[in-house]
Amino acid sequence: MAKLILSMDGLVLKEIVLSKERTTIGRKPHNDIQIDNLAVSGEHAVIVTILADSFLEDLGSTNGTCVNGKTVKKHFLQNNDVIELGKYKLKYISEALPGAAKAADFEKTMILRPGAMRKPPEPQPPATAGAPHGHVDPAPAGASPKSHGDTLVGMAAPAGATPAAAPPAPAAPMRRAMLQLLSGANAGKEMELTKPLTTLGKPGVQVAVITRRPQGFFITHVEGANKPTINGTPIALQAHALNDHDVIELAGVKVEFFYKT
Amino acid sequence: MDLSQALEVASHTDPGMVREHNEDSIASIAEKGLVVLADGMGGYNAGEVASGMATTVITTELRQLLDNKAPHEVDPQSGQKAALKMLQEQVTKANTSIYQASQSQPQYAGMGTTLVIALFYDNKMMVAHIGDSRLYRLRGDEFSQVTKDHSLLQEQVDAGMLTKEQAKHSANKNLVTRALGIDPAVEAEIHEYDAQPGDIYLLCSDGLSDMVGDDDIGMALQALGANLNLAAQQLVQMANDNGGRDNVSVILIKILREYPARQGLASKIFGWFR
Repeated sequence: MAKLILSMDGLVLKEIVLSKERTTIGRKPHNDIQIDNLAVSGEHAVIVTILADSFLEDLGSTNGTCVNGKTVKKHFLQNNDVIELGKYKLKYISEALPGAAKAADFEKTMILRPGAMRKPPEPQPPATAGAPHGHVDPAPAGASPKSHGDTLVGMAAPAGATPAAAPPAPAAPMRRAMLQLLSGANAGKEMELTKPLTTLGKPGVQVAVITRRPQGFFITHVEGANKPTINGTPIALQAHALNDHDVIELAGVKVEFFYKT
Repeated sequence: MDLSQALEVASHTDPGMVREHNEDSIASIAEKGLVVLADGMGGYNAGEVASGMATTVITTELRQLLDNKAPHEVDPQSGQKAALKMLQEQVTKANTSIYQASQSQPQYAGMGTTLVIALFYDNKMMVAHIGDSRLYRLRGDEFSQVTKDHSLLQEQVDAGMLTKEQAKHSANKNLVTRALGIDPAVEAEIHEYDAQPGDIYLLCSDGLSDMVGDDDIGMALQALGANLNLAAQQLVQMANDNGGRDNVSVILIKILREYPARQGLASKIFGWFR
């Protein structure tokens, strides 16, 4: 389950698990996270949690709500986002999933049945059962929260390493590659291979495609009776790995492939 | 009517880079203009069983039905095309089969599958879908998603809680709100579209759409549309290069020429005498 780490001036004060559908933040005591500070409005903001996603919404507070330095009205929380309310900071840590195998399991498609979301929230940890959830003492005691806080932050770090649903990982930084025309009217012209796919040739006559993959660049025959040649040898039906300074010939045009230094 | 001259079909399915099992299932009958893709879910091999049952039941039954009745014929009572009723009935049949198997055999408890079916006839395409497997269309330069997922994420986007851009980063990608075989009854979303020569249609499981952006999918289809088999392989490879966290399946259909339905016997004779 996602959690928030409340801190002020670098001191960790509290860790709050987002176990409820609505977690309210404000100065008044009925809030789930009470921050007794005049810069914080009575009902300042709310975090709506739907399964693994949490949304922060400002409830028309006097001083506003900032996320990562920007004032927001409504915000879809991402791992490691920092919410600022006056001097207080709330760091959002999304659900930690130990082990990649478990992460893979988690991503399996599941059916969401009507009513599943209205399940009663899990019982709260006994530590917070008594006092109002997330109450913060305006004057935290000196050294002890700090040492406690260090462990918390230390524990939180691996959570950031395995976000449950990271966007598709960008390809590892790879070498930039270029094509240079060696013959024809535009001989000498250079072009960088920036796209995942670059087609060469004339549609309907002869076409090949250069694909950019994590392993490097590959050329594949797409259409036409003749296959392109690499350094004078026609390529097979499969993708052919390109090496630095390979000369590709297709549809009567020669181009050189090379890595940019 | 044999549509294999009008439609070119290519497909590819791969377990991906992480999963051991391939729970996706694909089937196509080019001459009948039918393609089916299902992405199963459930413990152990139950997902494969569910998706396999869905594609098998639907292709075998529809093959027979299409032999006996033309999908473009309009039922005089309901005013609807025969294709609609065929798809509705076969989805119901597949749902019942999967549901009963999951009820009677403990190892299959809770199994289910997404489904997307495209049936081509009379210059048209009828699409039935359940869950988050998709159908896209490339027409000219325009690449667009035709089906709308039955998923929590799509509902959140519709409700204005998330923008499409934010949805890409959601952790709730894997939750579908409708699936085949989970409940005693299910309703597929069915729509009919015009198909034009040159169109390329893509059916895919979420293993592709979650791993590869729509722009890149569209670019691959545009670049490789002349070689449909290569395009199918390229799409799967792109998903795997991006991490391949799920099974990846694609079916591509290219409309080579128009395929109007044959006229009925009466009008044919009438045409003779004109």
